[in-house]
Amino acid sequence: MRDVSAHPYMANSVPAIQQEMLDSIGVATVEELFVQIPEDHRLSRPLHLPPALSERELRRHLLDILSKNSTTEDNLSFLGAGIWQHHVPAAVDEIVRRNEWLTSIYGEPSSDHGLYQAWFEFCSQLGELLNLDLVGMPVRSWGTAAGHALRMAARLTGRNEVAVVRAIDPERLSIIRNYCEPPEMANHIAIRLVDYDPATGLIDLDDLRAALGQQTAAVYFEVPCYLGVIEHQAAEIAAIARVAGAQTIVGVDPISLGVLSAPSAYGADIVVGTIQPLGIHLHAGGGVGGFIATRDEPRYAAEYPTLFINIAETIKPGEYGFGRALLEQSSYDQRENGKDWIGHSVYMWAVAATAYMATMGPQGFVEIGEIILQRAHHAASRLGDLEGVRISFPSGFFKEFVVNFDDTKKSVSEINDALRAEGIFGGHDLSSDFPELGQSALYCVTEVHTHADIERLVGAVQKVIAR
Amino acid sequence: MSVELKQYQAPVWNEPVILDMGYPGRRGVLFAAVEPEIRQHVGDASDLIPFAMRRQDRPALPELSEPEVLYHYLRLSQQTLGMMGISLFGTCTMKYNPQINEAMAWRPEITELHPLQHEDTMQGALEIVHNMDLMLRELSGMDQFVFQAGGGSEAAFTNCAVTRAYHASKGELEQRDEVIVTIQTHPCNPATAAAAGFKVITLMLDESGYPSLDALKAVVSNRTAAIMVNNPDDMGVYNPDMKEWVRIVHEAGGLAFYDAANFNGTMSKLRAREIGFDACMFMLHKTFGAPKSGVGGPATGAYGVSSELAPFLPSPLVVRDGDRYRLDADRPQSVGKIREFLGNVQVVLKAYAWTRSMGAEGIAQASDISVLSNNYMEKGLLAIRGVTRSHPEATTPRMEMTRYSFQQMKEETGVDIHDVQNRMSDFGIDPLWASHEPWLLPEPFTPEAGEMYGKEALDRWIAVIARISDEAYSDPELVKTSPHNQAVHRLKPGMIDDPSSRSMTWRAFKRKMAATG
Repeated sequence: MRDVSAHPYMANSVPAIQQEMLDSIGVATVEELFVQIPEDHRLSRPLHLPPALSERELRRHLLDILSKNSTTEDNLSFLGAGIWQHHVPAAVDEIVRRNEWLTSIYGEPSSDHGLYQAWFEFCSQLGELLNLDLVGMPVRSWGTAAGHALRMAARLTGRNEVAVVRAIDPERLSIIRNYCEPPEMANHIAIRLVDYDPATGLIDLDDLRAALGQQTAAVYFEVPCYLGVIEHQAAEIAAIARVAGAQTIVGVDPISLGVLSAPSAYGADIVVGTIQPLGIHLHAGGGVGGFIATRDEPRYAAEYPTLFINIAETIKPGEYGFGRALLEQSSYDQRENGKDWIGHSVYMWAVAATAYMATMGPQGFVEIGEIILQRAHHAASRLGDLEGVRISFPSGFFKEFVVNFDDTKKSVSEINDALRAEGIFGGHDLSSDFPELGQSALYCVTEVHTHADIERLVGAVQKVIAR
Repeated sequence: MSVELKQYQAPVWNEPVILDMGYPGRRGVLFAAVEPEIRQHVGDASDLIPFAMRRQDRPALPELSEPEVLYHYLRLSQQTLGMMGISLFGTCTMKYNPQINEAMAWRPEITELHPLQHEDTMQGALEIVHNMDLMLRELSGMDQFVFQAGGGSEAAFTNCAVTRAYHASKGELEQRDEVIVTIQTHPCNPATAAAAGFKVITLMLDESGYPSLDALKAVVSNRTAAIMVNNPDDMGVYNPDMKEWVRIVHEAGGLAFYDAANFNGTMSKLRAREIGFDACMFMLHKTFGAPKSGVGGPATGAYGVSSELAPFLPSPLVVRDGDRYRLDADRPQSVGKIREFLGNVQVVLKAYAWTRSMGAEGIAQASDISVLSNNYMEKGLLAIRGVTRSHPEATTPRMEMTRYSFQQMKEETGVDIHDVQNRMSDFGIDPLWASHEPWLLPEPFTPEAGEMYGKEALDRWIAVIARISDEAYSDPELVKTSPHNQAVHRLKPGMIDDPSSRSMTWRAFKRKMAATG
């Protein structure tokens, strides 16, 4: 027992209580309870950690550190590329931060009925945006959703190759490569990258046809793609995949689905994507989350690695409750024979996203989609008017677009450094990941960017390139 | 110990599913139309979408005002017991999530930080990540941590990816295709090993509570890629041969990974690296005080390795150059990405804040209290009719968890562990955790006291189990039809298993109900 004050987080840190408990079990010291650990396993010295802080000291300490960050609120930001700035209604933040579900484990459906219902409503509302009946609980990110979906397709088809669009987020592709296993492994899934047309950003259909064969389990593409372009050959791509006996997997940004077709309408078999735009802040990258959805067919349901929440009648007539359907196929039950693996994901963000979707309603999604399209196209057009600046794929994009600066004789890095000095975060630099695009940046414009913001950007870019 | 149990009744709101609420035309949020200059310049939004890709229908979402949405979800939050009762969910290490940490993590300096910002504008975030790395190095003896994994399972997968890269760098990956676990290793380890392409070998326990050295020696070979083990396990049994295990695996050319999910009982007492392990993982969302968020996260599996494995870690790593922090992505042997960006930085911040609040003394004390509380509970629980313990012949004190069984009570009364779980919620107490599959012990349960709850709470938990045992022996139907004081009753059996009625969305439910009349 240590001679220190009780710690506010530990009710039993009062020495007298510990003595009561020791007396109760007839043990003289706490140390005696650790006899299982052999002497030669033990750390022979106290830990060297920084001194403990009181709440007031901790707050001051953290504020000092956090003040070294300069955020997208302090600056005018046009960064996207996998996580995007959208308006988060204050009510959504209030809901997601409730202590009731902040920390709980998933208790039985009896004790945590409200949390289960919120989760079911997340899956249900996302199902309405997607026009799909089967939606799993979120996975950790869009990349992990795509990785799992490709493995699902390989199991469904018994095949071991996939065709993946090359205009993809390099981080997402890296995750997919880890999920598809290296060539040395027996179950390696080979990835064939499908080119895009350098003029339009759309998939090169000839290259797609050439990539498909007897072993193709799936074709994976995105709407909009990483470079922002709305892939309008989607139905044709799905048809080509179907002829080859492959699954069509489509990645989407659900905030576009008030105005863009749901992938099920153009032939997607498995739909994946991000949930971050649905009411979740950036959190320095900690706001990401992904989903997997399909038609409600048992052969698809049988391959999901996710948790499912099902609605069902209770033993009281007219009353409904929720359960965890198909948990028995998960790795919790099946260990190495489960469907990939399950574990901590981002279920808290499912609560934010369900509140967001309910707040938005059908008209909210239509309006936000229209506003984003108009603001993004206006910004692209205004930037494209500048001397030496070119919009690489000037039509048919949603909220992101590629801005090329080759003719300014300046690098994206130089331009972004100068913009940053003006309090502007320029678009994400694509020059090392997509060298064929030259000195290009991926700009993101959403509903949060006003006309004045866009004019400020245009003015600043003009100034920078004129130097 | 005599505890009078309080009456409890959960809120019953009979809240409809939100898709069954609302009125056409209601709005929860409005957006200003674009400025006239923009409209004049780009025209109608629909003309900006390729014709084939325009949505033809309106998504059938509910139409609600802002307060209707807010209060619906507040009512649902009220129908979530969470941690307000007593949650001793074994292996999850239920721990207080300090409000100061939440308040700090929800400040705009973190919530509005974009992960692709220039390093100069995110020095604060990088400093926190780096300093958390340093503290975990001290706690484990490892040389480098990475926080990309969004949970323990993803950290286990990270370990499998690093294991692949390590053996591939030696040209031995094709040959080393086996990962060894024990039946008491958490399921995420064999599952991620299999998903990473390895064959899984599972060692069973002998009467001492852990697999024998001979069992290990019999399966270790030049095909061994790694072992993945925890210690202690979730029965509170510590394997004293672990140094020898690691030596044997190393001698055969394999790697040794320590799943430190059950770290609460050993933190400050031992370090993974000194036992010989090459890699380990910590759950920042349990052991380090960040919220589990409904077993769902966002969470963080902090993954740490020796300097020999560090080149293979996911990228980027946060490194310190003098007074400045930067992201090092120039790492040619790296496995690349396991998850996008830097991981859940806000969770790292919460864990950092927890560790700074506890200090070395506090962490050591938390470990002491966890083990003391478990042994205190054991005395009370074993006195209850129908309760037995795993490995009854092993007399040394268990660590921070003990595995119990209600098999005797089930045989004598017909009341099973699921009935007990449901009935517990009638007393305002979170249902117990049974065990991972497979159930080595029938009708299992595994409380983990942790350091947060006081002795009174532990006494109340024990008293609830005692009461339910009494009820099982006197009025088993009361338990078998529970819960009675909860927001809803138990589900009717059957619907969940039949694809024609099993509904994971509201639209599926409406369709299936209409089809079956």
